Amino acid sequence: MSDLRALYQSLILDHGKNPRNRRAMDTGCDHGGQCRCTEGYNPLCGDKLTLYARTNGDVIEDLSFEGEGCAIFTASSSMLTEVLKGRKVSEIRDIVDRYLHMLTEGEAQPDPEGLGKLAVFGGVKDFPTRVKCATLPWRALEVILEDVDGSRKPLEEADAPVNTEKD
Amino acid sequence: MSRAERQLDQGGLRADFPIFQTDGEDNGLVYLDSGASAQKPFSVIETVERFYTSGYANIHRGVYALSEQATAQYEGARHKAQRFLNAAAPQEIIFVRGTTEGINLLASTYGRRHVGEGDEILITHLEHHSNIVPWQMLCQETGAQLKVAPLDQRGQVDMEAFAALLGERTRLVAVAHVSNALGTINPVKQMIELAHAREVPVLVDGAQAVPHLAVDVQDLDCDFYVFSGHKVYGPTGIGVFYGKRHLLEMMPPYHGGGDMIESVTFERTTYAPLPARLEAGTPDIAGAIGLGAALDYVQGIGFDTIDRHGRDLLAYGNRVLSEIPGLRIIGTAEHKVPVFSFVLDGVHPHDMGTFLAHENIAIRAGHHCAQPVMEHFQVPATTRASLGVYNTRDDLDALAAGIHKIREFFS
Repeated sequence: MSDLRALYQSLILDHGKNPRNRRAMDTGCDHGGQCRCTEGYNPLCGDKLTLYARTNGDVIEDLSFEGEGCAIFTASSSMLTEVLKGRKVSEIRDIVDRYLHMLTEGEAQPDPEGLGKLAVFGGVKDFPTRVKCATLPWRALEVILEDVDGSRKPLEEADAPVNTEKD
Repeated sequence: MSRAERQLDQGGLRADFPIFQTDGEDNGLVYLDSGASAQKPFSVIETVERFYTSGYANIHRGVYALSEQATAQYEGARHKAQRFLNAAAPQEIIFVRGTTEGINLLASTYGRRHVGEGDEILITHLEHHSNIVPWQMLCQETGAQLKVAPLDQRGQVDMEAFAALLGERTRLVAVAHVSNALGTINPVKQMIELAHAREVPVLVDGAQAVPHLAVDVQDLDCDFYVFSGHKVYGPTGIGVFYGKRHLLEMMPPYHGGGDMIESVTFERTTYAPLPARLEAGTPDIAGAIGLGAALDYVQGIGFDTIDRHGRDLLAYGNRVLSEIPGLRIIGTAEHKVPVFSFVLDGVHPHDMGTFLAHENIAIRAGHHCAQPVMEHFQVPATTRASLGVYNTRDDLDALAAGIHKIREFFS
């Protein structure tokens, strides 16, 4: 049971049961900023997610999500929104890279440095079939970030929902 | 009570399957994923090994003894499959890679020839994706329409709606004998009668049926029947496509190549007679021979015994699972094989799968390649336990105990 405890740490169980910021955002809103959303889909297990972001200049002022899935997926989505809300895009990029590195890079040891409580997802790496559950919302966020800094074509022209095949 | 029956109830058949042994001892694996693929008995593994070790050669046309023996074994497997389905003739048995290839074979031969713009193909809401997508592709290509017979709340096909959907333009019915996601046994004989009353041919997807039910294609009067070897304790990569002889004779070739021809010049090719005409290229010889051994294995147990054992496990599983608070069984058809699809309040099937894996219990979590079924029951996914001849009540007790632990963990 101890390795399962390493996977399902109490913080993950808490966010899995009581997800924060699980709500839709009106993407036609006008708060002086700009609202975006993108969809993530895991074709293997059917997990679906819509991730919403409201940006103002170089800050993402608000983040929220909609979607149903397993505890790992729900907690990861919830903690993503909670930890990253109100931060600068450049700062968020850095955290996204560290987080995905922790979960997907073969040799590297989980590096909790700079990840704060997101480091609780380090244990997921030992359960290869569950890595996608923990990366799906982050892959969706990558799409939003590319859209924010203009490195991606507009979302309506973009390809269908991101999935996490590469994980 | 026969020896096989006693053995089944006591888990004696576990001993026939090396997967349950490590260093000669029972390793405690609880395998509840036979609907995805069944484990292999020693007899199948040894047959395949013996063929590669001491009997291997390509079949047909070889004039040396090894090739003659390999051909005899391969054609012997065809006769076994014929007897297994009670087909009228061995020429009606075409070896394919599996159910998926069999359905695609029909869609791209019979389908392309007989289905046109404005025509209709009738399936049901409980089909596996492999009995949906090939028909969608055919419809896109030809301008035909796909019609879907709905399900009731127990996961049974609404037969009134099914009958009403059979119309002037219906060219083919394609229906699962048993639902992979729910375990529902469809009333295929009745469906075939209804379709035949309108002179519509019927394909039965038997992938989930052949491990549990005696199938008699002449009694069913189905026009086509397909199944995969690996779900009936045989090797992967081999399956059977059965078709009534006069229909197979009318079908254009599927793949072009060696073995399916009579003579070839650059001007003209004449095709070989059945079954070779539909089996281009060197087939999975070892797979077919291994499948023959698997069919011998299940017929050695006997379907009366398998059926009685399955019913016992179904009733027992329903009892122990329904005692778990917050657990809902998805698919409660009157006629079922031992398959339990379920959801548990507050625990996603994926989390359930990881926990049970930790208890050495193999189940499947997800949409089971039947997303329309999930949508019908308004669940994103289910946990599915699907049973085989090696399972016992003890396995279901282990499953229930595992689920109780999960409930505690997540409460």
